[in-house]
Amino acid sequence: MFEALREALIEEMKLDPTVCVMGEDVGHYGGSYKVTKGLAEMFGDLRVLDTPIAENSFTGMGIGAAMKGLRPVVEGMNMGFLLLAYNQISNNCGMLHYTSGGQFKIPIVIRGPGGVGRQLGAEHSQRLESYFQSIPGLQMVACSTPYNAKGLMKAAIRSENPVVLFEHVLLYNMKEKIPDEEYICCLEEAEMVRPGEHVTILTYSRMRYHVMQAAKTLVNKGYDPEVIDIRSLKPFDLHTIGNSIKKTHRVLIVEECMRTGGIGASLRSAIIDNFWDYLDAPIMCLSSQDVPTPYAATLEDATVVQPAQIVAAVEQICQ
Amino acid sequence: MAARSISDSTAALTIETSVPFTSHLVDPPSRDVTTTPAELMTFFRDMSLMRRMEIAADSLYKAKLIRGFCHLYDGQEAVAVGMEAAITRNDSIITAYRDHCTYLARGGDLISAFSELMGREAGCSRGKGGSMHFYKKDANFYGGHGIVGAQVPLGCGLAFAQKYKKEDTATFALYGDGAANQGQLFEALNISALWKLPAILVCENNHYGMGTAEWRAAKSPAYYKRGDYVPGLKVDGMDVLAVKQACKFAKDHAVANGPIVLEMDTYRYHGHSMSDPGSTYRTRDEISGVRQERDPIERVRKLILAHDLATPAELKDIEKEIRKRVDDAIAKAKESSMPDTSELFTNVYKKGFGVEVSCQICSN
Repeated sequence: MFEALREALIEEMKLDPTVCVMGEDVGHYGGSYKVTKGLAEMFGDLRVLDTPIAENSFTGMGIGAAMKGLRPVVEGMNMGFLLLAYNQISNNCGMLHYTSGGQFKIPIVIRGPGGVGRQLGAEHSQRLESYFQSIPGLQMVACSTPYNAKGLMKAAIRSENPVVLFEHVLLYNMKEKIPDEEYICCLEEAEMVRPGEHVTILTYSRMRYHVMQAAKTLVNKGYDPEVIDIRSLKPFDLHTIGNSIKKTHRVLIVEECMRTGGIGASLRSAIIDNFWDYLDAPIMCLSSQDVPTPYAATLEDATVVQPAQIVAAVEQICQ
Repeated sequence: MAARSISDSTAALTIETSVPFTSHLVDPPSRDVTTTPAELMTFFRDMSLMRRMEIAADSLYKAKLIRGFCHLYDGQEAVAVGMEAAITRNDSIITAYRDHCTYLARGGDLISAFSELMGREAGCSRGKGGSMHFYKKDANFYGGHGIVGAQVPLGCGLAFAQKYKKEDTATFALYGDGAANQGQLFEALNISALWKLPAILVCENNHYGMGTAEWRAAKSPAYYKRGDYVPGLKVDGMDVLAVKQACKFAKDHAVANGPIVLEMDTYRYHGHSMSDPGSTYRTRDEISGVRQERDPIERVRKLILAHDLATPAELKDIEKEIRKRVDDAIAKAKESSMPDTSELFTNVYKKGFGVEVSCQICSN
C-alpha cells in the first residue's frame, strides 16, 4: 500500500506543480513508512519539505500555503501527533472557507498512519477520526487497500476541500495488483466488498480484514453477510449504506474507534435518523474498548474487535 | 484669508522619525524618512477614517447592533497605514482579530465592514465571520483570526507560497504582545529561518495582553529580540513615517535574507475588546497621557501644519467629511438584510464535498 500511495503522490506532483509534501522525515529520510521514498530526489527540497518536529506550526503553514494557491500534502508521522495541530486543523483548515464568506479555499491533504498497531503503546495507537469528525468543513476518508489508497490519495489531492486521509500502520505492507491506467476513487463513495442478503456489515480501514475473516466463518455457518467498506468517514455515503439496509434490514458496525464518540456512534445515529423503518433488529456496533491501548500483546488484542466477536454479533443479530 | 488648496504635491520631503530605530542583529535603517505632502495628507485622511470607523463601531456595539467580540484599533492606526505605504497589494498581510483597520488599509470599504460587524449579508464575509474574520483575497489580506497566535504559522505558510511561486513579495504576519508568548510563533520562525522565507513577524506591542501587562506575561518584553537568531527592529508604532520606513526595510530584508521581526511600540485607547473597560489594569492618566503625547493622527496633523500643507480649518473639514462618510456607510449597512437561512449551509465545503472533481474519472 505504501507504494500505491507513493505512486499517487508522484503522479499528482508531476501533473500539478502546486502539489508539495511537508512532514517530518518525508524528504531525505524517505518517510518513516516509505510513502515518500524517492520523492525528494525527484522533486527537490522545495516540493518535498522536511520539517522540524513542530506539528502545530507546520500544519498551520500548510494551511496558509493552501490559502495562497498551493496544494500541500501534510504528513503526520503518526496521526496521533496531529493532536498538537488540532487548533489549526479545526479552526483554520475546516473553517476558513466559511468564515471568509467563501473567499479562501483550503485544498490541503492531511494524511498519516493511525490506528492500533503492534504494541506501539497508547500514545502511538490513536484513532483521530473520532476527534476530527465534528470539524465542519473537513472531509475524512480511510483507505484500506492499495487500490483505494492510490485512488483516494489522488482524489484528495485534487479536491478543493481539506481532506484528512487516514492510513493504517498495519496495512502499509499489504500487496495488491492495481491498474496501470490512471484511476481515481470517489471521495464520498463507500466500497461494496462482498454483496450479501442477511446483514449489512459496515466497516473501514483495518477492521475490514477482521470482518472478511469473520465472513469466511459466517459463510461456512450458512450466513450471507453484505460487507461494505464505508471509506468516506465524513460525509457518510448514506446512499450505498441505505440501499444495503433496505435489502438486509440488519446492521452491524465494526470499527476500530473507541466506543465513546467514535465513527460508529455517529453512523448509528445517522442510520437511525434515515433508515429506522427498514430495521428489523437493533443496530449493533462493535468498537474498541474505551481504554488507552495497552502494550501487552494479549491486552492489545482484547482492545480491538476480533473476528470471533464479529461472528457472534452476526449470529445474534440474525436470530 | 486667500483661498488655497490643500497640498497634493509629490515633491520629496524628508522628516525625521520621533526616535531612532533600535535593532537586533542588523543595522537599522536611517531615521530620515522620505515622504511627500500628498502622502502626508493621505496618512491624515486614512488614519482619521480608521479612527472614526472604530469610534462609530463603539457606538454601534453599545446600541447592540454589533454583538459578540469587538476589538477596536483606535490608537494603532499608524501601523496599518504606515505598513500599507511601504508595500504593494501583491505583498500579503495577515493579522489577528483587531483587523477592521487593516481591512480598510488593504482597500476594504466601509459598507462591507459595517455590514459584517452587524452580521448582514452585504458584509465582507457575508455576515458569517463577524468582527474577527475580515478578509480580502484580491488584496492579499488573509484575515482576521480569533485564536491568538494561530495566524502566525498561516502567515509563514503564505511566505512559503510566495517563495515557492518565486514572487519576490513578502508576508507581514501581525500579532500582539500577548501572542508573542505562543510556542507556535517560535516554531514557525524556526522553519521560516531554515527555509529562508520572506516572512516578517510584526509584533503590535500595545503593552497589554487583554488585562495582563507585558511585564507580567513576558520574561523578556524585548519582543524585537525574541527571534534570537532572527534579526529584529524596534519601531515607534505611533509614528506612521517610522512604520513606513521599518516596513520597507523589513520587506527588502525578508525577500533577500529571510525572516525578520518588527516590534511596533503602539497603544490602544480602548480596552482589549468592547467587553473590557480597559481601566482596571491601567490608569486613565496613562491613556490620556499617550493620547496627548503620542497620538498618531495628531503627530501627522502637526507635521502638516508645520510644513504648511493645509490649514487647521481644512483639516477640520476633512474630519467632518470623514464623519459623514462613516455615517452614510453605517446607514447603508443597516439597510442590508440578515443573511438568508440557506446561507447557513453555503461555504462549508467548496463545490459540495469535491464530488465534481473526483467523480470526473470515477467509473460510475
